[in-house]
Amino acid sequence: MYSAEIISPFVMLNLIIIAINIILAVSLNLVVGFTGQFSIGHAGFMALGAYASAIMSLNFNAPFIVSLLVGAIVAGIGGIIIGIPTLRLRGDYLAIATLGLAEIIRGVITNIDYLGGAYGLMGIPQRTNWLWAFGCMLVTVLVIKNFIQSSHGRACISVRENEIAAEAMGINTTKYKVIAFTMGSFFAGIGGALLAHYITFIEPNAFNFLKSFDILVMVVLGGQGSLTGSVVAAIVLTLISTFLQSLAELRLIIYAIILILVMLFRPQGLLGTHELSFKLLQRKRGVSHGSHSADA
Amino acid sequence: MNEFIQQLINGISVGSIYALIALGYTMVYGIIKLINFAHGDVYMLGAFAGLYATLVLKMSFVPALIFSMIVCAILGIIIERLAYRPLRNSPKIVILITAIGVSLFLEYTTMFFLGPQPRAFPEVFKHASYTLLGGKVTISNQEILIIAVTVILMILLQYIVHNTKIGKAMRAVSYDMQAARLMGINVDTTISITFALGSALAAAAGVLVGIYYNKVFPLMGIMFGLKAFVSAVLGGIGIIPGAMAGGFILGITESLVSGYGSSLYRDPVAFVILIIILLVKPSGLFGKNVREKV
Repeated sequence: MYSAEIISPFVMLNLIIIAINIILAVSLNLVVGFTGQFSIGHAGFMALGAYASAIMSLNFNAPFIVSLLVGAIVAGIGGIIIGIPTLRLRGDYLAIATLGLAEIIRGVITNIDYLGGAYGLMGIPQRTNWLWAFGCMLVTVLVIKNFIQSSHGRACISVRENEIAAEAMGINTTKYKVIAFTMGSFFAGIGGALLAHYITFIEPNAFNFLKSFDILVMVVLGGQGSLTGSVVAAIVLTLISTFLQSLAELRLIIYAIILILVMLFRPQGLLGTHELSFKLLQRKRGVSHGSHSADA
Repeated sequence: MNEFIQQLINGISVGSIYALIALGYTMVYGIIKLINFAHGDVYMLGAFAGLYATLVLKMSFVPALIFSMIVCAILGIIIERLAYRPLRNSPKIVILITAIGVSLFLEYTTMFFLGPQPRAFPEVFKHASYTLLGGKVTISNQEILIIAVTVILMILLQYIVHNTKIGKAMRAVSYDMQAARLMGINVDTTISITFALGSALAAAAGVLVGIYYNKVFPLMGIMFGLKAFVSAVLGGIGIIPGAMAGGFILGITESLVSGYGSSLYRDPVAFVILIIILLVKPSGLFGKNVREKV
């Protein structure tokens, strides 16, 4: 459609950013919403994916799919390395640890000249187009959705609900926490790589706490534990931030107020733990059947 | 050796600031188990309040300090009342996110109204340096001021916490909120007062930093807030002497690393200490390992 010039570059930019944000929100939701681990350093994994894929494309002239995968794998490995020691911590401590580690990643990148230092990397070939963005988004959502609905996903949810009880039931909580964390960071890496190859320029400051916070707001607003919610929230918040772009500080003030209000009045987010599915239609038909059989 | 003592003095001054802010974090965590992300921004607003007091109201140092402390105490109570009290029984992540929201709200509202540029404090004290140990080590009167004010405030805090009824109430609520309530302690008021005290201390730190570094800007709370938080965790979050000790240890370590190593490594020191402490002894230097009960 783009080459037929039906949509303007501005709309295309927004669609791709929305797709990338969906990937980021859904991957963070896996960690925060479904497994109940407070990770507020997601941007750190994005950065790993973005930089790794950018180096592959710039210095090794790798084809896009290779750069993408390398970025994702590097981010995933980062997830394992960071996850194993820190997932022992609970709640607030984990949040601070992930925050600190994301800042360390950013600080290290800023101090390495090979990665462009504080100036960042420029001239990354623009390989991301709508097809790639949408495709990756579909893959991300499908993989995570299937994971959640499998027994592994249920293990993660049990960790969220009551870790001690889950452990008592024989679920290796550490293993599942690390798996969720690694998957989350893997897909964050894909998001970062896609972003790098669309904007063609990355710098450490783009992956700071505010970015992690942006993604966290999407997850919380949509409802932790609802994939549909993350998708919806990602769309809504990306559109809001596009419209508020001219008023940069105001956007953050409004974001902060939205966040506080949502937490005060609807902490489960827009969709809570519900998903939009075909089951809703089935239930409407099934109700009349159900009540008849109950009477009989 | 002289270099060492010089860095030590610098470290103690900076450490005092961290300790003052860390006390606020630790008191609030001790009483409602919340990491008040917005605390660093209360410190920032304290600095701005002090700026206002000296610049516009033409107060001298001590009245400006007291003015700033009172303003921030009130601000702390308002934040607690509006944002944290309604969520007292909510899951941890909800309160955490709200705290982050409040922090960003304070930072960007200040930036919106006052602009991001740094502002300078007017000269409240004639700057003077003193030399010790035969002229090899210098200490400025600002550093002496910081250390003196910090020590006075800490002694005051210890007195309040251990020798007054309200202090006893604070300790009781942090030990067991339900039991304290049953004993007739007004838990809400106690929590409000805790916030007020912590915020007042942060405000004092803000004014001192404004005078020492001569730079006040809306985002100054982020770095100092984070480092003060690390200090609180280092000493054992929820434990008041821990916050004091943690602040000084962090300040001195930072100074030594940046003096003997490179000043580039100054900021990462705090993060490295944080990670080490969280991995080795998450309850902090003075903390006890509390087993999670079902």
